Amino acid sequence: MESNRFLSVLNVSKSFRGLAAISNVSLELNPGEILGLIGPNGAGKTTLFNLITGFLRADSGEIEFLGKNLVGLEPHQICKMGITRTFQIVKPFSHLSTLENVAVGCYNRTADLKEAEEKAWEIVQFVGLNKKALDPASSLTTPDRKRLELARALATVPRLLLLDEVMSGLNPTEEHEIIDLVRKIREAMGLSDRIVVIHHGVCIADGDPRTVGEDNSVIEAYLGKGAYLAKD
Amino acid sequence: MREHQPQESCLGRGLSWQKWLIIGLIVAALHFLPWTFPPQYVHIMIMIFLFTIMGQGWNILGGYAGQFSFGHSLFFGLGAYTSTLMFVHWGLSPWIGMVFSCFIGIMMGLFVGYLSFRFGLSGPFFALIMLAFAEVFHMISISWKAVGAALGLLIPLKGTSIALMQFVDKKPFYFITLWMMIGALYLVWRMEKTRMGLYFLAVREDNDAAEALGVNTLKYKMVAMTLSAGLTSIGGTIYAQYLLYIDPDITFGVMNSIEILIRPIIGGPGTVLGPLLGSLVLTPLAEFTRLAFQSYGGVYLMIYGAILVGVIMFLPDGIMGLAKRVFYKMRKEVG
Repeated sequence: MESNRFLSVLNVSKSFRGLAAISNVSLELNPGEILGLIGPNGAGKTTLFNLITGFLRADSGEIEFLGKNLVGLEPHQICKMGITRTFQIVKPFSHLSTLENVAVGCYNRTADLKEAEEKAWEIVQFVGLNKKALDPASSLTTPDRKRLELARALATVPRLLLLDEVMSGLNPTEEHEIIDLVRKIREAMGLSDRIVVIHHGVCIADGDPRTVGEDNSVIEAYLGKGAYLAKD
Repeated sequence: MREHQPQESCLGRGLSWQKWLIIGLIVAALHFLPWTFPPQYVHIMIMIFLFTIMGQGWNILGGYAGQFSFGHSLFFGLGAYTSTLMFVHWGLSPWIGMVFSCFIGIMMGLFVGYLSFRFGLSGPFFALIMLAFAEVFHMISISWKAVGAALGLLIPLKGTSIALMQFVDKKPFYFITLWMMIGALYLVWRMEKTRMGLYFLAVREDNDAAEALGVNTLKYKMVAMTLSAGLTSIGGTIYAQYLLYIDPDITFGVMNSIEILIRPIIGGPGTVLGPLLGSLVLTPLAEFTRLAFQSYGGVYLMIYGAILVGVIMFLPDGIMGLAKRVFYKMRKEVG
């Protein structure tokens, strides 16, 4: 196997008490692209995230990042290697200020207080939380908590950012704000799009957003058999 | 300068010279206190300082790193017994004994800590494991003749000697405990402003989120345990030298664990001054009610219970939490 791949997940399976949550999922991620991992509720998206970031250990299969095996590593080691995830259910450090929350992420790359604080201000400004930088995270609204989750992850200087349902629980206006923020990150890094669909723990489609949207098995997974997509 | 970013550092904020001056004046005033106070009040001050040191020990693990220990008497007892046995049997100076106490306390802490934290035990489970280990040593010290069994150990008074940490007068203990307390407060105050201090808080607030951001949570819990166990063991040694008597109940007993943890909780867990404030309120209260209700031994425990219920209901962040709220309100009203 060539070792210069960015992220490769190969035949990974994970079951909980005999119930397969992820079975034989393989996917490749290239440097510089945004990969959308979609699927209906309970498809196994979060489980796959947990497997990649070390919160769960795969039963079988290989996960490699830049030629190094990730299976068996602790989450903080994987974070040091450059993979940072956010949580679907946000986990702010409630009693700490927004700035301190972000500073925890900054300390991933530096032990120096001044440097960490400088970087934290930069990121707080980038995600638009600078007015609330000194407020406790518990006082933030849901969309702001999502921003904070993103900000903390960015602060660790990741090479690969795994966003787990950054939009869940938001109304359309708030969703657009987060989308704008993700676009901003994309522009800053020059990324392109691709989508992978998983359903019942199995990978069922892989391609650019338009092809995937027209794929019959994807339509079936979301809308049921017999559904069709009105084409223009 | 970015928008909304204040001039001064927000993570590593130091104290203004006015505050340093006030602290300096208070510390200076404390040095004259033993000559103006009657001996029984000096005794209460010593107990306040001593329980602040141990409360600060508990605070590092329980208040900052969020690992609630219900068995810190384990370290207190190990500290008290180690130095006392070395002194009684080998005549070793308690100052050197204190180093051994510290070492043994830390080893024990790392052992119990690794057992629990390796498997992600926290909250009530960790609290009970600490209680269980404290009780194991309680039982051993009750039944083992070589360490005095249930009768405990009397430390022979050999007269005033700095090397033996024995003084007929209370004043030297006053200064020893005062400066150790200042040291403990300074240590935690410095710690708050480092990466380690912030990592402790992150671990307390959310273990998984901290891991995801690159914090080696197991390592930092073990570091917190080391500092906590060491500080509490030192407190145990001084306590033994001061009272010249230890027995299983007053060292390893459950009540002692509660005595250690109740002060930082009431004062404000996870704050530098919390253990001191809690100790200032509770220690005199405990001593006076003990005097007032001599024939009813448990009255001060009932008062502790009532205070604890009140604090948990109305001041979940302790006295420091209240002070911070009042302070912010005042500042907002002013401008």
